[in-house]
Amino acid sequence: MITKLFNFHGGVKPDPHKAESADAPIRPAPLPPMLVVPLRQNARSQAHCIVEVGDKVLKGQRVGDAEGMLGTAVHAPTSGTVREVTEHPMAHPSGLSTHCVLIEPDGRDEWVERTPLDYLKAPRAHALAFLRDAGIVGMGGAAFPSHIKLGKGSGIDTLIINGGECEPWITCDDRLMRERAEGIMAGARILFDLIGAKRVVVGIEDNKPEAIDAMRTASAGLEVPAEVVAVPSLYPAGGEKQLIRVLTGIEIPHGKLGSEYGVQCFNVGTALAVHRAINFGEPLISRIVTLTGNVARPANYEVLIGTPVEALLPLAEPRPDTDRFILGGPMMGFALPDLRVPILKGSNCVIAASPALFPSPQPELPCIRCGACARACPADLQPFELYWYARSRNFGKAQEYNLFDCIECGCCAFVCPSHIPLVDYYRFAKSEIWARERDLMASDKARERFEFRNFRQEREKEEKAARLAAKAAETKAKLATREPAEDNLAAVPSTEAEDPKKALIAAALARAKAQKAVVAPRNIDIDTLSPEQQAEIEAIDARRKSSANAPEAPGKAPADSSPPAQVPATESDEATRQ
Amino acid sequence: MIHSPYVRKPASVQTVMLTVLLGLVPGVAAYVWQIGAGILVNLAIAGISALAAEGLILRLRNRPIRPAVTDLSALVTAALVVLCIPPIVPWWLTTLAVFIAIVAGKHLYGGLGQNPFNPAMVAYCTMIIAYPSLMSQWPAAGMLDFDTQLKLILGGARELDAITGATALDTLRTGLRAGTATVESVLQHDNFGFFGGRGWEWIAGAYLLGGLFLLMRGVITWHMPTAFIVALAVVSGIFWLSHPAQFASPAFHLASGGAMLAAFFIVTDPVSGATTPLGKLIFAAGVALIAYLIRVFGAFPDGIAFAVLLMNMCVPLIDMKTQPRVFGHREGPSR
Repeated sequence: MITKLFNFHGGVKPDPHKAESADAPIRPAPLPPMLVVPLRQNARSQAHCIVEVGDKVLKGQRVGDAEGMLGTAVHAPTSGTVREVTEHPMAHPSGLSTHCVLIEPDGRDEWVERTPLDYLKAPRAHALAFLRDAGIVGMGGAAFPSHIKLGKGSGIDTLIINGGECEPWITCDDRLMRERAEGIMAGARILFDLIGAKRVVVGIEDNKPEAIDAMRTASAGLEVPAEVVAVPSLYPAGGEKQLIRVLTGIEIPHGKLGSEYGVQCFNVGTALAVHRAINFGEPLISRIVTLTGNVARPANYEVLIGTPVEALLPLAEPRPDTDRFILGGPMMGFALPDLRVPILKGSNCVIAASPALFPSPQPELPCIRCGACARACPADLQPFELYWYARSRNFGKAQEYNLFDCIECGCCAFVCPSHIPLVDYYRFAKSEIWARERDLMASDKARERFEFRNFRQEREKEEKAARLAAKAAETKAKLATREPAEDNLAAVPSTEAEDPKKALIAAALARAKAQKAVVAPRNIDIDTLSPEQQAEIEAIDARRKSSANAPEAPGKAPADSSPPAQVPATESDEATRQ
Repeated sequence: MIHSPYVRKPASVQTVMLTVLLGLVPGVAAYVWQIGAGILVNLAIAGISALAAEGLILRLRNRPIRPAVTDLSALVTAALVVLCIPPIVPWWLTTLAVFIAIVAGKHLYGGLGQNPFNPAMVAYCTMIIAYPSLMSQWPAAGMLDFDTQLKLILGGARELDAITGATALDTLRTGLRAGTATVESVLQHDNFGFFGGRGWEWIAGAYLLGGLFLLMRGVITWHMPTAFIVALAVVSGIFWLSHPAQFASPAFHLASGGAMLAAFFIVTDPVSGATTPLGKLIFAAGVALIAYLIRVFGAFPDGIAFAVLLMNMCVPLIDMKTQPRVFGHREGPSR
């Protein structure tokens, strides 16, 4: 039983704006003309494409295999034909493209064969692989692979189901809890078994009484100790670490997973996806998306993953003065750089923004160190110090003041009376630090490469020296055995033969001499010429002599025996050529 | 803004400064009631001087004038300067003090948010060193009517002894220094009321009221006023209990001089003060301790201004050494 709730430091209460869409029941969104299924579902891994252009795929058929430690599979959200496997803009502030499978729906929405898993009988590793291959990732936004979060299956005391949904405007989890509470709790039950928890705690912000009631009813039917706790509505109470803190008092430091602290947290949508995957064999191919803001018909739609945002927007009828669309909530979301981007597994809300709803901020004034940001910071940071250090590019100091514990929730910028875009400064500082670390890594690699090259050259030199020494020793040994037999060739005294170098030189000299002896006589030995060779030489000599018009033949030339008639012919030849 | 958060709380520097000005209203009202309306003239002179100084220096610095003038921070500085100095100083002294606060105390360091020292205290300290006698003439309650005050403010001839006296703190110290008197006998003097200076104790109460308003509005936190008041009470209490004949009671010290103004409006200046929760406690307690020592053993009428400047110097160190524990970290960052 949770008898006492804990506080996290800070937090803010922005205008919730939940009423706009909270009463709109979940409806299926119509099939778009083309689905853009990204192979990359999170920043850490990309699935390996296993379909080709032209392939017919069925609803739920795997199109991408999990690759890497943090990889999960990707599936076709409906039946149709693979039209393209190409780069496509992604739902990311940068608007950069990633590899996507473009599927044209055939309208039949025909399922692939679905096989549920009896996870209690199957080995645990099998169940985790099953979830990985069903593409189950965290649906609260970060899309972290759920099978990794399930860890080693022991040491977890509390399984937390996150129904916080603290960001303004978003109601998808609220609707999900109201309408599909049993499915969520069934999924929670599976996660409970797989993670080996001792209890289940569902945390829901107390501004969602209907969801709390529905979840309480559903949790009553569960055979495991489960409890639904209303937590105070205070942004960011739905942040994983903040919710864990509120419910259990445990603080999970930056860069750590809850499993190291005996607690693990899953979003309500993730729990439902686990239920659908294990009990029905359905991979994760759709999610609930809230369409709200400056629209005529705020709504919650069940949307196939890969549906382009531009195909969804007409359903909510954005008003004409809408100037941009925000994906996610207004505190942590981002304005979409391109409306062709697809809905991902972590995309929970699209807000139509207008200058009236989200006015542009007043001009930035100097920081007066009033400390409002520090009082609002849920990570207990001193945001204005981080701001000074980020602004002066003193990144080392910023890190010393725990820049990376910042969760970019936006509370500090929300309260700042000087209207400083504080979070932007932290994002800037973080990316600068990452860039520097990358540079450092690159230069480390270059240095290693250089050092290895030096090492290799040194090694080769040594090897060569060793080789030469071995050869010299060999030669010396050879010389020692040969000396008595070939003393005519070894023109060195035997005492000097003991020196390997001298022996080597002597051997080389001897070899050269021997070679000379073989080659030289052949060139100069006139006596051994055959009569044909002799005749040819004489002919050549005669030609040379006459062409040079030499009146006298060189004395040492052999007797002139060539026919004189040939000479004028040669001369006339020369004349005609000139 | 291109990036999140896309929503903002309707807060601004202007609102913060306006709240501080509103918080000063009870104190000023009590001032008018007890001492006279001359303070309003001074406030007007100081306000105009502050805006003029701000506009002039921004022009010299080639900075946009409108946002800085409309943020009301100059008016807060002006009001604090006026409330720290005697109410009957000549107009040029007020103007000079405000110029020193705005130009030297604030803009020479880079303007709003950049000054390491509390500008009003810089002005006060400069003035008390430059014009010790003018800065020591504090009328007791009901001593001067508005016409006389106005005449003095506008530069009329000053028959000092007849019209003004020293503050309660001064009287007490000089009385005790003479060696013949005890606290008991000095307190029989005309200058004293129930706890502190006659009339001034009401003003101190009004400052407290205004300070509570600031607390309620979240402009200041409880740390500084509490630490200041507790530290002043404790240190004066220790001396008082050990030698009641020689040292005044904590109630006297809290109700006298600028103690309440300092507790809620001076030490709480965010720009030049400590910012961490523990740092705020250390900072305010340090101010109270040093102020007490200067009050009792020093040569100036009140020691708060010097104490604030001395503690301002320690702020970077205090902040560095008192960083709060970050979420998930077992203990504070090790530095």
